[in-house]
Amino acid sequence: MLTYNKRQFTENITGRTVALVCAALLVIVVLSITYFIASKGLSTFFVNGVSISEFLTQVKWDPEGEPAMYGVFPFILGSFLVTALAAIIAAPLGIGAAIFMTEIFPNFGKKVLKPVIELLVGIPSVVYGYVGLSLLVPFIREQFDVLGFSLLAGGLVLALMILPTITSVATDAIEAVPQDLRNASLALGATRWQTIWNVVLHSSLPGCLTAVVLGMARAFGEALAVQMVIGNTTKLPGSLLDPISTLTSGITLNMGNTIQGTPYNNALWSMALLLLAMSFVFIMILRFLGRKRMVK
Amino acid sequence: MRARVMDRAATVVLTLIAILIIGTLVGLLGFILTQGWHKLNLDFLTSPPDIVNAGGGIGPQLFNSLYLLVLTMLIALPLGIGAGIYMAEYAPDNKFTQFIRMSIEVLSSLPSIVVGLFGLLVFVNMTGWGYTLFSGALALTVFNLPLLVRVTEDALRNVPRSQKEASLALGITKWRTIVSVILPAALPGIITGAILASGRVFGEAAALLFTAGMSSPNLNFTDFSFGSPTSPLNPFRPAETLAVHIWKVNSEGLTPDARDVADGAAAVLIIAVLLFNVSARWFGTWVYKKMTSGSN
Repeated sequence: MLTYNKRQFTENITGRTVALVCAALLVIVVLSITYFIASKGLSTFFVNGVSISEFLTQVKWDPEGEPAMYGVFPFILGSFLVTALAAIIAAPLGIGAAIFMTEIFPNFGKKVLKPVIELLVGIPSVVYGYVGLSLLVPFIREQFDVLGFSLLAGGLVLALMILPTITSVATDAIEAVPQDLRNASLALGATRWQTIWNVVLHSSLPGCLTAVVLGMARAFGEALAVQMVIGNTTKLPGSLLDPISTLTSGITLNMGNTIQGTPYNNALWSMALLLLAMSFVFIMILRFLGRKRMVK
Repeated sequence: MRARVMDRAATVVLTLIAILIIGTLVGLLGFILTQGWHKLNLDFLTSPPDIVNAGGGIGPQLFNSLYLLVLTMLIALPLGIGAGIYMAEYAPDNKFTQFIRMSIEVLSSLPSIVVGLFGLLVFVNMTGWGYTLFSGALALTVFNLPLLVRVTEDALRNVPRSQKEASLALGITKWRTIVSVILPAALPGIITGAILASGRVFGEAAALLFTAGMSSPNLNFTDFSFGSPTSPLNPFRPAETLAVHIWKVNSEGLTPDARDVADGAAAVLIIAVLLFNVSARWFGTWVYKKMTSGSN
């Protein structure tokens, strides 16, 4: 009964192999995404002879002009500005909601706020874009007497989109703070807020930063919702109310209208490569923060 | 005294944040549903869109979204579950496993537009298929795989060790144990995760712009062969989904009632996502109750 028969042996081996192949596929996919995007994206520099520093720092984007100019700085700036704006708005709200859910009214938080946050995660980005377009843009237009399509509209839409991410990750981080720390602080006569501010937030700081960086990574890569409300001009913005472009919106709008293999098209792939590189940067920051938490 | 005032103030501010978030969600859903309510009739849901005149519907788009969802899940579920099994049951603690984990991390933080561009390069151009449902399904598989792997791994790990040990002690092989003891016990978690992933597939647009395309042929709903170009079931035809349609109508809609169509389509999309969300909770609990055979 306990001897290993041949059929069982092959079954074990086959099963293990199938599972391994599925897992290995993940690695293959990541490597091939990196390879293909990089091989297309680098041809701007190696085939079309655009210099990398010009590409990154020039402010003039005129790929169809004579001579063609491939400065993507306005797109890069736009992506960073809109991401920063979204994080500035969403981080305090998200972490605040996380504190509310864990420290102030845990019952209400679990029963009402948590499902609400989960519902927000599920709303598709085009719907956020649609609401931004039909509610936010007209509102800004009337309030400030401008076009409405703006950095501000993009930042607000993105803030709403990344709020659930920040809240749920920060909630996990704050919940992981040992109860003993809170008790010790309260026993010393600290108020609840003093405990939250000095003890809970302090010891969950890497986790809360992780939450914000995750949100920013999402904001940086978001394409359609931003494209719908941001206006898409390649001029450098003078204020929050000016329209701008982001890397993602530039690619979305132009990829379909350009011919494969032309320098214009290659420049768009280089922008995609920049996006890919940025998501690697975000992962590195997240890993760094994760290691900080391990030491705790 | 100051400390106590600060404590009060902080509680008030945090409560306001929570109310703001709940208010935003309620406002968001209310806005979308009230705007789109009057469009929710059978004619709108089944008739094809009209490019020039008012009165077009979203029939083919709705069908495409559902069909794409089925296709994607047919490909993604076996792969995701297989990889999840490997990660939970086999993965040794070595460099390769770390590399797989890193790949999951990278895949889950890739901007969906980058996945779409990879799909354009590999599934659309290199294979010569052009914009097809199948390319879209493959791109969405890439996009969803990390989520499914994680969900499966977590669900498998949550199965009590004693169940696994009992099975192994009976002399049942490891693979048999995984398939007939651990996997069924983990099913509620996997199903919940799969339904949430389906919600994401349903709402995803950026990755589909460049893989499944932005147009739908005139579908002939009496032709159900897999080969004919106008057959709804043909996986090798271009297909615009509901989410892509919302984006397209909002950014370049030409019909006089583009606004109306966008309102209605957004309402349909939101209702679908809510259904996915609610059914994920409900179904997970239901299966769990079934599996644990009547314990409370």
